[in-house]
Amino acid sequence: MTALAERLRQVAGPVLAFGWLAAFFGLPFAIVLKISLSDPATALPPYTPVLDWEAGIAGWANLLAALDFENYRTLVRDPLYLDAALTSLAVAAGGTALLAVIGYPIAYAMARAARRWQPLLVALMVVPFWTSFLIRVYAWIAILKGDGFLNRALLALGLIDQPLAILNSPAAVMVGVVYAYLPFMVLPLYAALERLDRGLIEAARDLGASRLGAFLSITLPLSLPGLVAGALLCFIPIVGEFIIPDLLGGADTLMLGRVLWSEFFSNRDWPLASAVAMAMLLLVALPVVLFREAEARRLEREP
Amino acid sequence: MTTASPASPPATGHLRFERVAKRFGAVTAVAEVSLDLAAGEFFCLLGPSGCGKSTLLRMLAGFEEPSAGRILLDGQDLAGTPPHRRPVNMMFQSYALFPHMSVAGNVAYGLRQAGMPAAERDARVAEMLRLVRMEEYAGRRPDRLSGGQRQRVALARALARRPRVLLLDEPLGALDRSLREATQGELRALQRRLGTTFVVVTHDPAEAMTLADRIGVMEGGRLVQVGRADALYERPASRFVAGLLGDATLIPGTLGAGGAGERRALDTALGRLEGFDAHGAGPEGAPGLLVLRPERLAPRPDGELPGTVLDATYLGDRVMLRVATAAGPVLRAAVPAGGAVPEPGAALRLGYAPEAAALVPEGPVSAGAPA
Repeated sequence: MTALAERLRQVAGPVLAFGWLAAFFGLPFAIVLKISLSDPATALPPYTPVLDWEAGIAGWANLLAALDFENYRTLVRDPLYLDAALTSLAVAAGGTALLAVIGYPIAYAMARAARRWQPLLVALMVVPFWTSFLIRVYAWIAILKGDGFLNRALLALGLIDQPLAILNSPAAVMVGVVYAYLPFMVLPLYAALERLDRGLIEAARDLGASRLGAFLSITLPLSLPGLVAGALLCFIPIVGEFIIPDLLGGADTLMLGRVLWSEFFSNRDWPLASAVAMAMLLLVALPVVLFREAEARRLEREP
Repeated sequence: MTTASPASPPATGHLRFERVAKRFGAVTAVAEVSLDLAAGEFFCLLGPSGCGKSTLLRMLAGFEEPSAGRILLDGQDLAGTPPHRRPVNMMFQSYALFPHMSVAGNVAYGLRQAGMPAAERDARVAEMLRLVRMEEYAGRRPDRLSGGQRQRVALARALARRPRVLLLDEPLGALDRSLREATQGELRALQRRLGTTFVVVTHDPAEAMTLADRIGVMEGGRLVQVGRADALYERPASRFVAGLLGDATLIPGTLGAGGAGERRALDTALGRLEGFDAHGAGPEGAPGLLVLRPERLAPRPDGELPGTVLDATYLGDRVMLRVATAAGPVLRAAVPAGGAVPEPGAALRLGYAPEAAALVPEGPVSAGAPA
């Protein structure tokens, strides 16, 4: 009896985890995949075919026979989607790089701060989450617009003669992305840097490394896992970001999130919107999978 | 303050501390330490945690700058020289091996910083790994090594740059007892072979006595006594040193006439006893302590210390007796095992040679932090 209970306990964890994944990732994924292979229709739901549950096996067969890759062909043929994908990747890559450059010194300073201040610093990093993301992005409009705080401050200081047209430009999207995702870069980096044994830096210095040399040869490589985690946490959601390009970006910052939104709500083309969603998933999942593979091989190689 | 034993090597000016002090805000970690080490000496800083020994070591490595005083290495003042430019290397307490580098990578690190050509570097790494018998583990990561292996890699890494002085911060503290004893011998042999000046920091008196040519005992930021192990053991200058290096019975009393370097009397509750005052225990009439080492006390019919055996503990190589005296103090005496062992309750007289018992000032158990 106790052996059975023990066995149940061992099985419960994986079952729960896989059950969760199946219910909230596997199933929706299958549904979106199916819709992306369907055709749009003026109906409810707005696509065909729809599974006929009554028809049994034949219903499934009819469903599968009616599915095709037409939407994906559209994605490849129409340069709009490729442009949007490239813009998304460029914004995500550029934003992530900028976040790393800005976030690293912040995380480093936090990890080097006196122990008793560190919980406060972490809390301050998280405080913005207490306000709605939407409101915070709207606030940037007030800062960046033609007669906004930034332009007025720069004019008052005499640094510029004319207001800068930052709002509705790629620069504004970059500002918004860096602002919104900074905690996701800083916190994993901080965790990695905070764990770092300061004795290692002293050992490097003792063995002849300058401050910069010790940083490059010890601190940086040992904080790399934190940097990679932060980069993934930023890169993946930025690729699909909708609110920031929609509110701060202009007509020239067409990102996948906005394309998806307009296909879904303006055109009511669920199948094409689903295809865009699938393409986006592939776009962000592929680098992650490749990275994990490389990492696994690296670990295996080591004796 | 420094009380050098007559047996200590003459000052050579290889490594000199001149009235070195270190204050952190209002806290004095090291107070006016003056010390002179000979080239090739194995020196040990001994003291409880917080006594300033690690701070002294860190000042030598360059991680802290002295608040006052100078540290001279071969006549050159080290002040202002950053750690990476000092001809001094350190073996860290927790070894501080770089986890993302192999054993060979760790040992090569310092050589790479020095810009040594690859061929020469590889040869030196191989030589160092051979020295600590770790050749077979060159490709391993530190986390795949045992504690003893890590210690040897840390040693090889610190020695690879051929420093003029090697600093070792609690080098064997992380090893278990049996491994520690074996490693002490290896470390001693290695130091003799290389002829490098070793400065070890430890809180373990037995380790200090095993390893070092000379020991500097630190207490509350001060260097309270410097000398060879036997000098510190037989001729402690204070109650603290007497208690730190081995077991002792301390008998309080009033000092008789005499001074440093003489046999003096001490009026105690057990009567007038004699001891040797090596360092000046105080003026006549001042309170003093007689330090009686257990192995220096022996049962003798004419012994000056009468008492009653409380118990006898068999320790293999000796039997430890606890003997109660009429006036109070319980004496501990070690007698050879295998002989006749007195029964508890038996009357016994213990005697000692006055030259083998040190007289020290009656001070507090610990001097505490310096003002």
